[in-house]
Amino acid sequence: MSSARLSNISSTQNCIKVYVQRDYSQGTLVRFQTHLPDELIDKLELSAFQYTVNQLNNFFEEAESTSCKTYCQGCCACLTAYLMFICVESHYEKVLKKVARFVTEQNEKIYAPRGLLLVNPAERGLRVIEILIINQPVISRA
Amino acid sequence: MSHATKKWEVFPGRNKFCFDGKIIMGPDVTIFYINIFLIVGTTLLFIIFECPYLTVKVSPFIPVITLLLFIFVMSTLLKTSFTDPGIIPRATADEALYTEKQIKITACGDVSADRPPPRTKEIFIRGQSVKLKYCFTCKIFRPPRASHCSLCDNCVDHFDHHCPWVGNCVGRRNYRYFYLFTVALSFYIAFVFICTCIHLYFLSENRVVVEAVKDSPASVIVLLVTFFSCWSVFGLAVFHTYLAASNQTTNEDIKGSFSNKRGGSSRNPYTSGNGCSNCCYVLCGPFSPSLIDREGFITPDLVEKNIINERQPTKMNTSTYVSSNTATVHYPWNGMKSYPVMNQSQKMQSSVIPGQQFNKQIFIEKSSPTSLDDGNLYSKRRPVMYEKVDEQTEQNSKLFQKKNQLEIDISKLDLDLDDIETPSSFVDNKNTLCLEPLSASKLKLLHDTTMIESALDLDSLEESTSSVGANSHAGLIKNKHMI
Ligand SMILES: [Zn+2]
Ligand SMILES: [Zn+2]
Repeated sequence: MSSARLSNISSTQNCIKVYVQRDYSQGTLVRFQTHLPDELIDKLELSAFQYTVNQLNNFFEEAESTSCKTYCQGCCACLTAYLMFICVESHYEKVLKKVARFVTEQNEKIYAPRGLLLVNPAERGLRVIEILIINQPVISRA
Repeated sequence: MSHATKKWEVFPGRNKFCFDGKIIMGPDVTIFYINIFLIVGTTLLFIIFECPYLTVKVSPFIPVITLLLFIFVMSTLLKTSFTDPGIIPRATADEALYTEKQIKITACGDVSADRPPPRTKEIFIRGQSVKLKYCFTCKIFRPPRASHCSLCDNCVDHFDHHCPWVGNCVGRRNYRYFYLFTVALSFYIAFVFICTCIHLYFLSENRVVVEAVKDSPASVIVLLVTFFSCWSVFGLAVFHTYLAASNQTTNEDIKGSFSNKRGGSSRNPYTSGNGCSNCCYVLCGPFSPSLIDREGFITPDLVEKNIINERQPTKMNTSTYVSSNTATVHYPWNGMKSYPVMNQSQKMQSSVIPGQQFNKQIFIEKSSPTSLDDGNLYSKRRPVMYEKVDEQTEQNSKLFQKKNQLEIDISKLDLDLDDIETPSSFVDNKNTLCLEPLSASKLKLLHDTTMIESALDLDSLEESTSSVGANSHAGLIKNKHMI
């Protein structure tokens, strides 16, 4: 449902888009700022927004953390001369799928009822979280 | 629509794609093919002419080890070349517009309106100040450690260097393969070299060496190839072991981003502090995904919005394009100066950046372009950009005089100070190296023969100077207080 709807909605050219930037204060891990953008203040509760961002941050921390499992996977892959990834999914990819599911779920529960749309950060190169304000066109067309 | 367009077909950089986007490579792969030819050719000679003898005389394991090493070397090499190095996708038109707005908002806050907003953003990474530079091609603030590859025309995360030998950028996603490739290749070369020596030694028993050589001329070829390649490959492997252990990139090492020479305040904020765990992270850390989704399909609205907008600016973002194509540099002593920001190819042809009193010239050491290979590049690359030091010190003192007269707000001096402060650190290098200014034609020649500009990473030269800014800045503030 989400992808079809997403392309539908994003074809409406003139909606405001808000971008949540990366937070580099703890290194180059993927983290996003939990500061609510001004444009969203009257549209979204701070707690809901922070929950989403914190949850995303946790996902990416899980993806990039160096647990025993990731080390094992790295070593195995090295021993098979990296031919392993032809058939096995990497830990990061699994987490990205979780992120996609989470974004869809958040859209259904929180963002869509408020006329907002959360775009999966993976679709924006993990640089920003894009939030579309759908029911408020920049230029109102007659 | 009979043929659905995939995203790689409209990819904005200069990368090459094969097999319907499954494989991504750098724009020029000639040297990569030469590299493969050398490795495969030498291996074939070794297997045909050396192995049968050594299997009988020394050990039956020799062909097995050879084969294993060869497979590992080739797989890491191909993996390095065919993997997306960590290209950061360019901003969509909307995001670029938003960033532009954001820049203006922050600029209005602290600088007078007639001055164009600065194109850097200061952030703190674990308490260490880092300047993010705006990329005019990708329309993003480059993430820390990312740099724009002038050959591929893309910002690459954790940019190490563009290696012509593997025909691709080396960055976040393929650094581990590249590192393993250099290490495995060193072992392989050493192994082949020693085996060939043993072969020749056995052949020349009770004879003159010349006769042994006549018996097996292939050994001489193998010996020569391995002997001449081993130095640069060993050097490379050792250098990258050092980099991996200290969690730096070649790019940062060349620029001396974290050197202690400049006041010691710029430590590396990315290292975990432990060489071993840094190495482990490089080798066994998480596999970050490719962000460019090259096999995804293009939807019509995507084309409409992002790609077309990017190539031919529409009415809506004309202002963005105008302002992003000219950068204004403010020198306090000769007023505002505006010049077009050139793209890489233009930069190559005119190495002198306009400016009347402040002609910046790019110098490069005298060395025969053809002898530049990766290994010795590292040792030579460091002093890449100089400015006329004598003139600079003059300029420096001039600046100080003027500064005292005008009492300019220190915070506005940002850009200018960076430009002046850097050369002083290169003063000691100046005497030891033979320098000559690089003319446009020479640059062109270098470009055609060695792709050296990939190593120089011209786009971020300014960045390198600005990364020093924090220190010099602080120093100046101190100076000012003393005055
Ligand atoms: Zn770029
Ligand atoms: Zn490149």
